[in-house]
Amino acid sequence: MAEVKVRNISKTYEKGTVQALKNIEFEVASGELFGLIGPDGAGKTTLFRLLTTLLVPDEGSATVAGFDIVTDLWDIRKIVGYMPGRFSLYQDLSVEENLNFFATVFNTTVAENYHLIKDIYVQLEPFKHRLAGKLSGGMKQKLALCCALVHEPKVLFLDEPTTGVDPVSRKEFWDMLDLLKKKGITIVVSTPYMDEASRCDRIALIQKGEILEIDTLPAILEKHERPLFAIRAKDRYRLIQEVRAYEETVSCYAFGEENHVVLKNDLEGETEFKAYLKDKGFEGLSFSRIAPNIEDVFIKLMLEQETHA
Amino acid sequence: MLETVIHTENLTKQFGDFTAVDAITFDVYKGEIFGFLGANGAGKTTAMRILCGLLSPTSGEAKVAGFDVYKESEDIKKHIGYMSQKFSLYNNLTVKENIQFFGGIYGIERKRLKEKTNELIERLGLVHEADKLVGSLPLGWKQKISFSTAILHEPRIVFLDEPTGGVDPITRRQFWDMIYEASNRGITVFVTTHYMDEAEYCDRVSIMVDGAIAALNNPSDMKKDFGVKDMNDVFLELARGAKRGE
Repeated sequence: MAEVKVRNISKTYEKGTVQALKNIEFEVASGELFGLIGPDGAGKTTLFRLLTTLLVPDEGSATVAGFDIVTDLWDIRKIVGYMPGRFSLYQDLSVEENLNFFATVFNTTVAENYHLIKDIYVQLEPFKHRLAGKLSGGMKQKLALCCALVHEPKVLFLDEPTTGVDPVSRKEFWDMLDLLKKKGITIVVSTPYMDEASRCDRIALIQKGEILEIDTLPAILEKHERPLFAIRAKDRYRLIQEVRAYEETVSCYAFGEENHVVLKNDLEGETEFKAYLKDKGFEGLSFSRIAPNIEDVFIKLMLEQETHA
Repeated sequence: MLETVIHTENLTKQFGDFTAVDAITFDVYKGEIFGFLGANGAGKTTAMRILCGLLSPTSGEAKVAGFDVYKESEDIKKHIGYMSQKFSLYNNLTVKENIQFFGGIYGIERKRLKEKTNELIERLGLVHEADKLVGSLPLGWKQKISFSTAILHEPRIVFLDEPTGGVDPITRRQFWDMIYEASNRGITVFVTTHYMDEAEYCDRVSIMVDGAIAALNNPSDMKKDFGVKDMNDVFLELARGAKRGE
């Protein structure tokens, strides 16, 4: 069953001059961990605000747990948990007071739903008397998640919970989401970190208000399978310059320690390309064929979107 | 011969009984891209503020662009550039106004500043946007303008505090192209990031854990030392051992 259904939603700002979302359509199944992946300005936050009834769409419709986001807003507000991108708890209340406050607003108690937040809250408990404003980034994020969970929501909306967070804390956060998923909560989460795609059941790649692709990560990678070259050499700056100057090159971008290169005729020009680079006299030149990763695919889809526009 | 532009020795900063930066010692060389990594709360921001002349250390030594952090912090500020994602440009000033404002603050002489502004606008391909408010531009453009502005006065070092957070994968790489170009011109780049693939783009990387530098090397040797395949794994290995609560 679809817990979240979005039908052809569009949203503009500034009297229609800024298109935030354009014909967005997708479904999230009950119990699914669904990722919206895209950079700042893609429209992720607008989509969250629509689904949590804080905005009304210009066109299209959507339901959350069967309730319409425009007509049934009070029903939706009772059953969703929302963690906005900006820290939105009360800075001058303590950890414990914030949690009690959110429980009371939803007519429940912390004790009643403690089972849901226990794994996360135990890490916060030593600081329960500390003011929320005095917590570190990682702790704020955990408290915000607890507050979004304390009324046992059916659907959890998390807007960029891992932005600006170091790799260790990011990993821990996704481990927490796995545990929540096991408890049957449907989760919609957004992130600008493409590597987090592998932690989601399905993902939507979103850019400039449009969904570029939507599926499981392996299916997306398979669909856009296009052989490319990973090359490296000592003088990276010059290498990138020379590869870009080569007439058969479509794109050349740095990826970790390697540089990913797409050629016009995929692999056909391999021999000539290798000869070209050898001639340039690079030290430690290495060359291999690889399959694209999620960022390669995102870049490809972004370039396609630009040519269609 | 390598010219040292940042030198620290047992640099320490205490806040009460909390040691935010714990006796760090390292050098950064001219034209180098130096990645300054660490978990949230490891002490990166404090160390960076000391090196920018914004905070006085408790003990130890540090020299930036040849100036002492205790006695010559005003000289340091003139010889560095700084860019952060959190604060970069004034949204309610135009592109041109922003460039002239920051150039003026760094003391570039008026006539020269005018030339440099026009030259920069042309180089960035923003001739048509020059008189538009910065707030109306896409984030990626803002970051390019912001970086160019930070190095307009040709500083010896530029400090970049998470410059690429949240930007799309193409813009993020175009931003690194600009970093390479600056380093190629001899500007030292001191950069923090949470993207571990970007750590691989640096000439050398240091990783802070609990206020101290737990590792410092070039990315490929660092990976070899830890016997792992990428910088993300190096980071996880080191930061997992952190004792300091967040």
